[in-house]
Amino acid sequence: MGQKVLLSSKEINIILHRLACQLLENHLDFKDTVLIGIQPRGTFVAQRLVKILREEYKVKEVKAGFLDITFYRDDFRRGDKPLEATQTKIDFIIEDKNVVLIDDVLYTGRSINAALTAIQSFGRPKDVELLTLIDRRFSRHLPIQPNYRGRQVDAINNEKVRVMWKENDGKDEIYLIDR
Amino acid sequence: MSNELSVKHLLGIKYLKESDIQLIFETADHFKEVINRSIKKVPSLRDITIANIFFENSTRTKLSFELAEKRLSADVINFSASQSSVKKGETLIDTVSNILSMKVDMVVMRHPNPGAGIFLSKHVEASIINAGDGAHEHPTQALLDSYSIREKLGGVSGKNVVIVGDILHSRVALSNIFALKLQGANVKVCGPKTLIPKHIESLGVEVETNLKKALNWCDVANMLRIQNERLDISYFPTTREYTQQFGVNKKLLNELDKEIVIMHPGPINRGVEITSDVADSKQSIILDQVENGVAIRMAVIYLLASKIKQ
Repeated sequence: MGQKVLLSSKEINIILHRLACQLLENHLDFKDTVLIGIQPRGTFVAQRLVKILREEYKVKEVKAGFLDITFYRDDFRRGDKPLEATQTKIDFIIEDKNVVLIDDVLYTGRSINAALTAIQSFGRPKDVELLTLIDRRFSRHLPIQPNYRGRQVDAINNEKVRVMWKENDGKDEIYLIDR
Repeated sequence: MSNELSVKHLLGIKYLKESDIQLIFETADHFKEVINRSIKKVPSLRDITIANIFFENSTRTKLSFELAEKRLSADVINFSASQSSVKKGETLIDTVSNILSMKVDMVVMRHPNPGAGIFLSKHVEASIINAGDGAHEHPTQALLDSYSIREKLGGVSGKNVVIVGDILHSRVALSNIFALKLQGANVKVCGPKTLIPKHIESLGVEVETNLKKALNWCDVANMLRIQNERLDISYFPTTREYTQQFGVNKKLLNELDKEIVIMHPGPINRGVEITSDVADSKQSIILDQVENGVAIRMAVIYLLASKIKQ
């Protein structure tokens, strides 16, 4: 099993800043915008973006939540392992808000499809955008594309993108792993 | 911890491991969050069909299961013996086999005979959930009771729980004893000697016939209903006398030097096991038990369904 570094800590940081700027351009004061990190690993991206927006771009209030999509997935009972739920934490109103769904890797699009269904359990958003740190283009099963992408990657099917976060894995780094 | 149950059916708490109970509780936590949303439904089980087969009357268990199934988007069919061919002499296996030929994946069954679920699980392919089999077990009730204690007191291990009332005829009592002991609680049973089974101490519980002493000892009192329909002979002189000795009222609770948690699996005979002011007091978690019942049943159904492979 080989692996190569796709993005270093410094590169991840630059990309996150660029994504934060793109969000700022479109959502200004974030008064009617909410950021939703998709559990489990989209939440790391969302938290970093919130931190940058608050601390470096002085946005007063950025509402952010976590969305667990386990019960909305279309592969329940298809995998070898049972699906394990994680926490959903959305303590604000979604109705009529601009929702930005955030995930680390966009691959087949099925998770985002599940997230689009799941988010509607919290109300009817005005519109929904998608932000992803890594976009594995050419791997999509559904017609889903990101509005904001960090880096586009051409990975063949037996390759896997692994995103590591300081909070969870001890360092920020993104690998392309050949399984 | 494994994220898979060790069993294919939920026939009784006796067949579960402690880790199964923890997994059910953690999954129920997620479902509790789901059922408090404005849209309380998830699409997980949209390709699963569940038959609720009730050979004995039930209101809250049946409603709770049906609601849990619908909130998981399962297709649900209901069957009650009183309106069926069972009256014409059809056997249990024939009845269930007929229902299963309609491509049913899971069966929730209540039956007056102990062991009916175990018997059925040996003859059919579908997952069986025991919703009460005679005086044997009522596993989902015991799970929701323990879950409610965990929610109220932060855990079950080390807590003192007394089960008061008709222990002899109660499937709730037996399942509760198994569940509480498995999680490390201390358990006493309390009631008239005639309604306490012989050798119950072999399950690791103590017997106390003085209600006041039992209440002084416990953190939680689980009050059981006097099941008049199961009492074929007289086990105590009069209901009034039973109430005087084993009924809980506000005065009795006020005399304790601590606040205990009051539970009741329902339906309540108000004024018999507990008075209305106790049932409706802050100490009572009876309505929490009902709410938790839906989350627990969603968790059980979800976890068992994940073992049915496509």
